[in-house]
Amino acid sequence: MHPIVKKRLFTIIALLIVALHILPFYILVTTSLKARGNFSSKWIFPRDISWENFTLAWQQANLGHALLNTTIITFFAALLLIFIGSLAAYPLARRQTKLNKWMYMLFIAIMVVPPLAALVPLYQLVVNIGLMNTHLVAILNNVAAYLPLTIFLYAGFIRSTIPKSLEDAARIDGASTATIFFRIIFPLLKPVTASILIISCVFIWNDYQFAIFFLQDKDVQTMTVALSSFFGENANNLNLVGAAAIIAMLPMVVLFLFLQKYFIKGLASGSVKE
Amino acid sequence: MKAYTHSLQQSNTKTKRISSLWWMYLPALLFVGLFIIYPFINGIRISFTNWNGFSQMYDFIGFKQYTRMLSDPDTWLVVRNTLIYGIGSTLLQNIIGLLYALLLNQSFHFRTLTRTIIYLPVIISPLVMGYIWYFFFAYQGGAFNDVLLWLGLEKVNILGNPDMNIWIIVFVNTFQFVGIAMIIYLAGLQSIQKDYYEAAEIDGASPFQRFKNITLPLLMPSITINMVINIIGGLKLFDVIISLTNGGPGNASQSMSTFMYNLYFSRQDAGYAATQGVLMMVIVLLLSLSALLYFRRKEVEA
Repeated sequence: MHPIVKKRLFTIIALLIVALHILPFYILVTTSLKARGNFSSKWIFPRDISWENFTLAWQQANLGHALLNTTIITFFAALLLIFIGSLAAYPLARRQTKLNKWMYMLFIAIMVVPPLAALVPLYQLVVNIGLMNTHLVAILNNVAAYLPLTIFLYAGFIRSTIPKSLEDAARIDGASTATIFFRIIFPLLKPVTASILIISCVFIWNDYQFAIFFLQDKDVQTMTVALSSFFGENANNLNLVGAAAIIAMLPMVVLFLFLQKYFIKGLASGSVKE
Repeated sequence: MKAYTHSLQQSNTKTKRISSLWWMYLPALLFVGLFIIYPFINGIRISFTNWNGFSQMYDFIGFKQYTRMLSDPDTWLVVRNTLIYGIGSTLLQNIIGLLYALLLNQSFHFRTLTRTIIYLPVIISPLVMGYIWYFFFAYQGGAFNDVLLWLGLEKVNILGNPDMNIWIIVFVNTFQFVGIAMIIYLAGLQSIQKDYYEAAEIDGASPFQRFKNITLPLLMPSITINMVINIIGGLKLFDVIISLTNGGPGNASQSMSTFMYNLYFSRQDAGYAATQGVLMMVIVLLLSLSALLYFRRKEVEA
């Protein structure tokens, strides 16, 4: 086949695929823009756009508050993950003692564990320590859930890219392990830290499994919980639900479009958990 | 501690013991111990009781919950669904992801746009993705049924029909995460050296032979990663089922995760839910680990 014909053919195929993938989002947009009682087909773009769906959804589903809750939980959980995860990965990557080899195996094995398998006792634990309906429980649970993946990624990066001679030189100069880690190693982990930040923020921002169990209270609801209870209340007014769904996904979509390169690299390297 | 490790380092050649620096992973161990390992062990204990989830009183009833589980037809329905979600979306994501990657590995217009659009759903919450497709497949006013009506056909209750909604869930999960498989395959394809293909072409190998004898074997590491990631993800499916069918009608589209959630919160059947949790753990671990081992072995052979 002639290269130009080939290129055109591939372009056409690609555009068809793009159209197919945009389709559900198009339906979402037309749904969210229609006034209540407008029963025209979802394929048809509305003539009078009902922007108030967005303000109504924002107020009725309490999305402003949910946005704040989700941001707080995601921010602190990601921060803890970076700190505790990198600290743990260093000896596991560098000190091949028998104990450390076993510990590394333990963390890796936990990556495969489905978090919901221990739902009943976890729920009981959270009730017993009095953390039900707090931001803290969501932060702690998410940190525990994504620590193994974080350690795995940090350990791999330290082994493959940080030269050991750097640490040895610092040690000869009399630097303590803590100094070596925080002053020399941690700053060099920037690329993998960026990937881990992106992965964990996406996972924790979108979390529903933990949030639906532990954050039922209106005051602590995250975006996903607010959206699912809003759907339950408005099953016959899907236009509002559509608007709420767009608001819920918008922060991540905007971030993705601006930082696309990092998202694709980060999620591909860490998609083990998905 | 400081002086100790210091002196060890200086006499590195002579020392047999090095410090494990265990204090550095102690916080991580506490997190994982308290929120994953302890609940898991406690779950095994609860699976031998008739606890209802809130009462102070419960009895140890031996293996009764286990015999109940094995004779409960819902158990096998839910296990079958979980396997369909896990294996079905793994196969689909890998086949479509590979096809997309092969396309993106060519030169054409709008290449970056295509990649962006296919990848976009990965960062959206699976719950939201489920609602988005709900608008598409809903019985009343759903976009899909509008098409059927225009074609003069009968409306279909896709999400309410257990023969169809399970596959819709597989489809939606595939649609959402095919971007990850695509990116991993694309990276794999780009690492294959061009001279292999040139040499094969000179030898007169057909495009299909080149794909089968060069591309596939060299893609084996990417295939391993994708298969294992997708099977682990698919077997844990939860959010998208809640938003598309809520496990219904009845228990027809429940996965092990949603079934357990229901047993615990709607039926207060905590002891039994914990037993189902143990089964889920065993199945997920067995399948994920055997997938990993199987593909690792293939990788070595290739």
